[in-house]
Amino acid sequence: MRRAGVPIAFSQGFTPHPKISYASAAPTGVASEAEYLEIGLREPVDPARLRGALDAALSPGLDVLDAVVAQGGSLADRIEASHWRIEMPQVEPAALDRAVAAFTAADEVLVERMTKQGRRTFDARAAVMRIDVAPPVATPSEAPDVPCAILELVVRQVIPSVRPDDVLSGLRVVADLEPPVSPRVTRLAQGTLTAQGAIVDPLDADRDGASIGER
Amino acid sequence: MSVPSTTPRPAAANSGDGPGSVGPSPRRDLELSVWPRLEPLLPQVTKPIQYVGGELGAVVKDWDAATVRWALMYPDAYEVGLPNQGVQILYEVLNELPDTLAERTYAVWPDLEKLMRAHGVPQFTVDAHRPVRAFDVFGVSFSTELGYTNLLTAIDLAGIPLLAADRTDADPVILAGGHAAFNPEPIADFVDAAVLGDGEEAVLEITAIVREWKAEGSPGGRDELLLRLARTESVYVPRFYDVDYLPDGRIQRVVPNRPDVPFRVHKRTTMDLDAWPYPKKPLVPLAETVHERYAVEIFRGCTRGCRFCQAGMITRPVRERSITTVGQMVQQGLEFSGFHEVGLLSLSSADHSEIGDMCSGLAQQYEGTNVSLSLPSTRVDAFNIDLAQELSRNGRRTGLTFAPEGGSERIRKVINKMVSKDDLIRTVVTAYTNGWRQVKLYFMCGLPTETDADVLEIADMAHEVIRAGRAATGSRDIRCTVSIGGFVPKPHTPFQWASMERPEVIDHRLKLLKQAINADRSLGRAIGFRYHDGEPSLIEGLLSRGDRRVGAVIRRVWENGGRFDGWSEHFSYQRWVEAAAEVLPAFGVDLDWYTTRERDELEVLPWDHLDSGLDKDWLWQDWQDALGEYEQDDCRWTPCFDCGVCPAMDTEIQIGPTGKKLLPLTPVNGLKFPAAASQ
Repeated sequence: MRRAGVPIAFSQGFTPHPKISYASAAPTGVASEAEYLEIGLREPVDPARLRGALDAALSPGLDVLDAVVAQGGSLADRIEASHWRIEMPQVEPAALDRAVAAFTAADEVLVERMTKQGRRTFDARAAVMRIDVAPPVATPSEAPDVPCAILELVVRQVIPSVRPDDVLSGLRVVADLEPPVSPRVTRLAQGTLTAQGAIVDPLDADRDGASIGER
Repeated sequence: MSVPSTTPRPAAANSGDGPGSVGPSPRRDLELSVWPRLEPLLPQVTKPIQYVGGELGAVVKDWDAATVRWALMYPDAYEVGLPNQGVQILYEVLNELPDTLAERTYAVWPDLEKLMRAHGVPQFTVDAHRPVRAFDVFGVSFSTELGYTNLLTAIDLAGIPLLAADRTDADPVILAGGHAAFNPEPIADFVDAAVLGDGEEAVLEITAIVREWKAEGSPGGRDELLLRLARTESVYVPRFYDVDYLPDGRIQRVVPNRPDVPFRVHKRTTMDLDAWPYPKKPLVPLAETVHERYAVEIFRGCTRGCRFCQAGMITRPVRERSITTVGQMVQQGLEFSGFHEVGLLSLSSADHSEIGDMCSGLAQQYEGTNVSLSLPSTRVDAFNIDLAQELSRNGRRTGLTFAPEGGSERIRKVINKMVSKDDLIRTVVTAYTNGWRQVKLYFMCGLPTETDADVLEIADMAHEVIRAGRAATGSRDIRCTVSIGGFVPKPHTPFQWASMERPEVIDHRLKLLKQAINADRSLGRAIGFRYHDGEPSLIEGLLSRGDRRVGAVIRRVWENGGRFDGWSEHFSYQRWVEAAAEVLPAFGVDLDWYTTRERDELEVLPWDHLDSGLDKDWLWQDWQDALGEYEQDDCRWTPCFDCGVCPAMDTEIQIGPTGKKLLPLTPVNGLKFPAAASQ
């Protein structure tokens, strides 16, 4: 923010903090193509120029794709679900098929994870809206004869949150699926859920008729 | 448990075709990034972001376009190593050379080390994830001796033979620097060379030697390169020196074992800091680190003459950076980095001849921008109301630490820390009345001639601080923290002959002190007490004044799992004591011999052939003055006292005032599109 010269607003108090809030940040070790954050400004700026300035200031690989003027309402409230892709090198797609079938058939899949409150057990099944094995694609980093199964997931935002690694734990629980190497997880989208189960860009609501500077 | 060298080592190129070849490299296999093999391990370790690189300010250059390649290491965790000024400066100086590249590597935590061994991933740089073994020079900066076991981990993980004697032309030259390099004897078996003193010009000179040697087709291989480095008389190559011992274990002499190397190796001194305004493009980490600020050295060297202080002794003479250069560096550094804290670094920052104008100028320039200023080392007698007000002008008060070091007037005379109790009380009260609610006071325990009574006076001092603070502010909402470190005698100081106190005695004194602080419950409640126990200090003492025989202890500790010895949760006193007991008796010495034994005037010290500029006779006289409780003035304000540095090194004191002032900055409003990050 400072490098880009963003006129960011600060909280009041003894140690003022810049007003930035992140909505539903991806877990550590996970790639993402869809992260959202909200910033408070001292004065109006052109969102397109703001996007360009922040993008220029950030490290390579951290790209700012869009900025809109918030029209009210909390960004966090609009994040209802996430779309994930999980690549599992050295896993046969047929094995993943079997595991997914077992997971889908279950009413409840209890998994464990360490949280800040200690070890917790919760259901990883109910929040999963869609779980599909994607057709294999060539991954340039892998040798062609090594299989790579790909899982596509749409998971609702619940508490405690169900993360991709919880679903992987679930596949272990129901089908003993144990990937030999760490799966690569990418968040493809997150946002508002439609009745049909599609994910809508959470910034769409701000885009129509946005007038610069109004907050 | 032993730690075998399990890292698979790529086939070594034969000696005629090693790192020096300028044609198509035989080590192509090494030059490939280890990232594809490292990435799958990262989800399994703590804080994986520390291994990813990609910081603002990081430089990745074309491997094949570079002639001389440096891997620079700070042998501690990334969060401690990244902010290190020395590494950042050398990284930038080297990368500015068109035909040279420098990358950084840090100590990996034991969780990743284990996985790297299991999967055959070698020690890598964070910039381009290249294997350390592929570089020409592997430079390691030691601020403290407690990083020695991490050096061994890095060498072994890199697939480089642990012992310098076993290395081939396919291995980098391992070069030690930093303050601990003023006595590199304990790691003499593991490093190929050491550089004493300032690094800016030294790395350029070394680069030039490597470049020339490679251009000639690497004649004579590794041995010839090391010889050329040794001939500069400022690079110490341990293998070219033999150490002879007396029957009682003391050193008889250290002499060159070949005719063309110097008897003594001299430290480097960079004069005119204005000509070296680094860092210009400070590294801005993505991970959390111990310091996140733009740090600028406002001067180097210190002649206050505190007798325990190795840094003050080995960095003489005082060389100030001018107020205008500091102002310009801060402006560019903040613009580049986006940091919102500026640290004005030195060994005693309030001693800069224009510190007042510097602080008020900076405070004025950045008023209303949430940029805060800090002076990490501030003498109590140089701090004043004006400075306090400038430091707190934008409302955010950074921590204040004062270091009286000794509890009693007597012990402060012994260590030559000439601050009085009245100075301290006055200064701390100034801070309290200017809005600080908390100050930290730093002391040492285990100083030469120290008694229980000297340490117990710390309690009186802390009580008086609170009493005076309450009286001056009319508030009970003020606190101080008493922080105590163990004294470790260091080479090239007047205390290099001193005996260390035993850990049990230190721990007992600290217990008595704690009781004394809490004897008055009202005052005691306002005083925090932090201390380190005596055991780690004793081991630091072994390493700081050790000779080559101590190398075997380091190796044994490392083989038994010793890592990250500067971290209390990783340090094991028992492991060091046992290793010393196993290894040292064969040489007729023991742990006590190195630590609690006082040396006499004529003993040959392990570092006598390494020249810090200080005259040994002067150091001895200053040691005698310490025992006589006789103080020594500062040569910036009183006549030269002949410590020897300026004539020996052909240097001189460089101080202001310049009389110049910092001009107001023209505020730049609006969005900026920084080019540096978008490359």
